[in-house]
Amino acid sequence: MTAFFQRLSNDRNLLGLLFMLPAAVILLVFLTYPLGLGTYLGFTDAKIGRGGQWIGIENFVFLWGDEVTRLALFNTLFYTVVASVIKFALGLWLALLLNKHLPFKAFVRAIVLLPFIVPTALSALAFWWIYDAQFSIISWTLTRLGLIHGYIDFLGEPWMARFSTIAANIWRGVPFVAICLLAGLQTISPSFYEAASLDGATDWQQFRFVTLPMLTPIIAVVMTFSVLFTFTDFQLIYVLTRGGPLNATHLMATLSFQRAIPGGSLGEGAAIATAMVPFLLAAILFSYFGLQRRAWQQGGDDK
Amino acid sequence: MSKIERRDILKASATAAAAATVGPLIWVKDASAQWSNQPEKGAKLRVLRWKRFVQGDEDTYLANAKKFSEKYGVDVRVDSESWEDVRPKAAVAANAGAGPDIILSTNDDANLYPDKLVDMTDVATYLGKKYGGWYPVCEQYLKQGNKWIGIPLGCAGNAIVYRESQVKAAGFEKFPRDMDGFLKLMKALKDKGTPGGFALGHATGDQAWAHWLFWAFGGRLVDEKNRVVLDSPETLRALEFAKELYPTFIPGTLSWLDPNNNKAFLDNQISVTANGISIYYAAKTSPDAKLQEIAKDIQHANFPIGPVGVPTEFNLFLNQMVYKYSKYPKAAKEFIRFMMEEEQFSPWMQASIGYVCHPLVAYEKNPIWTVDPKHTPYRESMRVMRPIGYAGQMGYASAGCIADFIVLDMVAEAASGSKPPKEAAERAQKRAERYYKV
Repeated sequence: MTAFFQRLSNDRNLLGLLFMLPAAVILLVFLTYPLGLGTYLGFTDAKIGRGGQWIGIENFVFLWGDEVTRLALFNTLFYTVVASVIKFALGLWLALLLNKHLPFKAFVRAIVLLPFIVPTALSALAFWWIYDAQFSIISWTLTRLGLIHGYIDFLGEPWMARFSTIAANIWRGVPFVAICLLAGLQTISPSFYEAASLDGATDWQQFRFVTLPMLTPIIAVVMTFSVLFTFTDFQLIYVLTRGGPLNATHLMATLSFQRAIPGGSLGEGAAIATAMVPFLLAAILFSYFGLQRRAWQQGGDDK
Repeated sequence: MSKIERRDILKASATAAAAATVGPLIWVKDASAQWSNQPEKGAKLRVLRWKRFVQGDEDTYLANAKKFSEKYGVDVRVDSESWEDVRPKAAVAANAGAGPDIILSTNDDANLYPDKLVDMTDVATYLGKKYGGWYPVCEQYLKQGNKWIGIPLGCAGNAIVYRESQVKAAGFEKFPRDMDGFLKLMKALKDKGTPGGFALGHATGDQAWAHWLFWAFGGRLVDEKNRVVLDSPETLRALEFAKELYPTFIPGTLSWLDPNNNKAFLDNQISVTANGISIYYAAKTSPDAKLQEIAKDIQHANFPIGPVGVPTEFNLFLNQMVYKYSKYPKAAKEFIRFMMEEEQFSPWMQASIGYVCHPLVAYEKNPIWTVDPKHTPYRESMRVMRPIGYAGQMGYASAGCIADFIVLDMVAEAASGSKPPKEAAERAQKRAERYYKV
């Protein structure tokens, strides 16, 4: 027995494996197993409270023919693309501003993070009031100012509802992008800018040929996360619209929940969730292979 | 469907209303109702129920449970969860074969796993005999063949909630009982600048009115053999009506979820909506003098009756299920019987101040329905309601259709004009067929 322990403590590989075991078990039990089970359920006709039979890709065929699912897919892509692009633009802009020497710098930076710190469910509730058909503060202010005559139907008209939910998502997501990019900006050595200005580079050229290339690795990571968060958004929609009006704001995540839990079609809900995976993978691959191009980062052109 | 004249409906509904107000005054307890049951020795019960709508409900329920424990020496633990969360838990308990002995759940839950539930026929027969019988909708929900798979608890009733002064100002002495009158009233209210409003967003509870409307014109989700018959001339008439009705609404109803109509009503912005008794209670119990004024002006009415000539309301059905995995089915039966007996049920109903409508006919004499005349329409909730998935059998398909808002989306599409009625009905038909395909 002692010999065994002695051998064990001398064998670095074995010991390493042993130390990894707790983490591996946690990952297996809480990540791999649920993910595997979810994927498996997507290929069955399981209902809540009733085990399912393997039905192959029937769920997916069925969902492809389902107008609501197609609409949810469109909504999700639209929501993700528009919100991510705007979050990136605003986040970068904010990061550049915060990187300048401002009075009360630390304080301002802390304030900027606020929307990200507030629990989503709470900020969503605030937006629910802001967008309320009868009690909207925006509509109230504008009517008082005499700019509009009727209340704005923020969540009642399909396109209006899409843009309103996107705006709420942007409000919440910008700080994350901004703070991460700010961290990235601060890793860029000032000597690059000195060198650039000695060469007579304009502000724009400094941004284009120094800042942006140096920042791309961070951008790739931040935007991957940002896209993932947006694509899988649930709470905001659930509080604001529950997927209404006329399913115009149903995202894959909310539809998956609606079908699986209140609707009881566990298999179908799981299939919708599984169908999100390829899109998420594509987003990750794009940012890794698309944005982390060496030549471009080093100031050269892509061939 | 035979053609029914409007005059006949008016007459029929007038008689129905008269009958409802008189009630079976000469009802006597059936002496033949016998009950004998011996709870298991050392039994312990776990009960999972939906979370109270009013504090009094929970307090009295727990007090009754305590009374039961003391009388029978059976330990009872009661947990509660929001009503929308009970349903998945109840289903998982059925599948896993472990969990609470008794679950109080909603709608067609018992129909999803009838073979996992204890046969409650003896309790239902006894209670039915003793308390003047069950309302027909109870059997539709919980009786399969000759077997009861659960015991009805009642329903959370919906009714028309309106401002008496505004309806009068629009030229109506009483809330209309027919669809034409209803539409005229809504138009008049709009013209007077005091519009009504009904939720057209994905409101889980407040979508009830859309089902009422669709049924009132003879629309049905499926026929008796569970064949989807949504896309029908009757449905189209309902949708045409919805299209005419919608412009009379306050703007923004497409975005309304469950709380919106309550908020708008209490802020004096709408004159008519459909809701449980909660709007009235919020106003009545508020310390705010303005809300007190509104409370005085609030009136309730049952929904108008459409061309089908019978009430077609939709309410949240409440059931009580005993699971087969329970080690103490006899104690569980005893508990449910005990809670449904007049000594317990009556005070509980009163403490629930009208949120819960009784399933047994005898309880319509409960003073809660007459202590404030404004409560009275909610007394009818069980009598005037139809089951989910009308006119077919309940199960996964009916549950799926309601969770997916198929009827509500159809009414909303047609009402708002985003789709012509025909197209809205066709789309809904296709969506429903997918649930009923197996």
